[in-house]
Amino acid sequence: MEKFINHTGSALPLRRSNVDTDQIIPAVYLKRITKNGFEDGLFAAWRNDPSFELNQPQYKKASILVAGPDFGTGSSREHAVWALQNYGFKVVLSSRFADIFRGNSQKMGLLTVILTQEEIEQIWQVVESKPDTQITVDLASKTITYGGKTLSFAIDDYTRWRLMEGLDDIGLTFTKIDAVTTFEEKRASFKPKTLPIK
Amino acid sequence: MGKTLAEKIWAEHVVSATAGEPDLLYIDLHLIHEVTSPQAFDGLRLANRKVRRADLTIATEDHNVPTLNIDKPIADPISKLQVDTLRKNCAEFGVRLHSLGDVEQGIVHVVGPQLGITQPGMTIVCGDSHTSTHGAFGALAFGIGTSEVEHVLATQTLPLIRPKTMAINVDGTLKAGVTSKDIILAVIAKIGTGGGQGYILEYRGSAIRALSMEARMTICNMSIEAGARAGLIAPDQTTFDYVQSKPHAPTGADWDAALTYWKTLTTDADAKFDKEVNLNADELAPFVTWGTNPGQGLPLTSSVPNPADFANAEDRGAAERALEYMDLKPGTPLKSIKVDTIFLGSCTNGRIEDLRSAASIIKGKKIASSVRLLVVPGSARVRLQAESEGLDKVFLDAGGEWRSAGCSMCLGMNPDQLKPGERAASTSNRNFEGRQGKGGRTHLVSPLVAAATALKGTLASPADL
Repeated sequence: MEKFINHTGSALPLRRSNVDTDQIIPAVYLKRITKNGFEDGLFAAWRNDPSFELNQPQYKKASILVAGPDFGTGSSREHAVWALQNYGFKVVLSSRFADIFRGNSQKMGLLTVILTQEEIEQIWQVVESKPDTQITVDLASKTITYGGKTLSFAIDDYTRWRLMEGLDDIGLTFTKIDAVTTFEEKRASFKPKTLPIK
Repeated sequence: MGKTLAEKIWAEHVVSATAGEPDLLYIDLHLIHEVTSPQAFDGLRLANRKVRRADLTIATEDHNVPTLNIDKPIADPISKLQVDTLRKNCAEFGVRLHSLGDVEQGIVHVVGPQLGITQPGMTIVCGDSHTSTHGAFGALAFGIGTSEVEHVLATQTLPLIRPKTMAINVDGTLKAGVTSKDIILAVIAKIGTGGGQGYILEYRGSAIRALSMEARMTICNMSIEAGARAGLIAPDQTTFDYVQSKPHAPTGADWDAALTYWKTLTTDADAKFDKEVNLNADELAPFVTWGTNPGQGLPLTSSVPNPADFANAEDRGAAERALEYMDLKPGTPLKSIKVDTIFLGSCTNGRIEDLRSAASIIKGKKIASSVRLLVVPGSARVRLQAESEGLDKVFLDAGGEWRSAGCSMCLGMNPDQLKPGERAASTSNRNFEGRQGKGGRTHLVSPLVAAATALKGTLASPADL
């Protein structure tokens, strides 16, 4: 996983609530067996509409998605995170994220930042009036800076450390694998096994 | 202070806990399917890692498989490649797989319980958000992403921060024609699609205790639609009886030990939930969604709401967009809405009891000439059981279609899809835009409402026939 220290870029305002992962990437795009190439499926249904934000030239270079509340609800498909990353997004801002989507994004190094809805509204207004506004998201100082304004955000220290170091969870768990073996030795014998087949 | 059921199961599975870090949680069962696993197996191969516990892992083909002509090669080459990849991965890593045509094939959340590998007190994960279904057994079960699938394959654990707990108390008695689907749709309408975010839900109360295991699965299945990764119900005699008859149930001394343990799996009387929500089962009626998220639901006797009546700006905007997408006008009685397709199936309502209840309404009658009825059993076993009871004939004689098992039109990954503009009454779990096919419109309903709607051609409950 790539380290995330900070990122500066322009933003795309997505004034919609409850953007579920079926909207982020419809199921028909999930048949691939790789983690790349999903950018063509990002918001596929909405992209048929020329007025959709992703189709507007002033937002073409956006790398920060500013979304409405309850972003990423529904299906657990990590393809939603891959599609956003494949397209070029590095950060998503929202007042509320669905739990599974947020977990998936943190595994892949897509930074999800929770702000208040008022803060999101202010960013929307600034970006809509001046689409090339540069926004800096700094994980080290836990701040967002744009147009002379600085907001701070909360993120748990462990996730922040992992993202800033670019560490993958599996490698970290392998450092504790002896504890897993010890745990397995004490598991109850009545717990079901899938093998042998009964 | 006592512990809630979720806290007990969590504590039992903590492999290591360090202040300031997520707990490392042991996973008792890992369910796998073709769509969210290929990249995880690839990750194992790249790192030269093995599947740590193939004996706690099981795979089935469900999401993209066809429900017609399953004895022939899959026609869609991309779907075929994904299914072939699962077969290759399972063979290479020694994972048990139930393929198309196998009697144990079916939707992963139907297969686990019917094999008896879903049991109380377990931690169960799958790269599918409806893994919450297994919570009906008093298991802590939740959906995970593909990175986590790889993590579980490699280590049989997951690092997780413990969610808060929420009690959903449903007391009283359901009226005739009101089902567990109506309970959960009412819960989601009440707390919203984000209401359960950060929580594990525990469904409690006399109305929950009175439900069968399959009805409980319907409720837990849709916990994710309220934003909760997991939802569970304390096991009781209903649970024990259901598990005991299944192939992988413990036997002999193991059964006695298991039962003794399972009986401890209740929320202590002095435990405190972080939040409580109350619902009166006496007041519930058949429910239907009118919008494009599962929280946009109302009793079937209502009319399409007016977005202007929503106080919250986000809700108002969402309602406006939903009505535009659904092509509905405020004030339209829900019962006057005509549908084109009825989908009976999915991990929410594709079990034998669901098929029986729908068949009880349809038996001896014909579906409306304007509708198509698609009946898709949740598993090959459910299909066989239904056929042994003659339910296939009930649906076929009424003018419906009888299919093989899979996720089918619930998510429209296989050829079973709505056409643009088509409207469905569906027993599945998501009414998102385009979920059942690009441009398709979905009303979520119970199997009873689905059956009555099939007969009338407009949204209806059995009482309207």
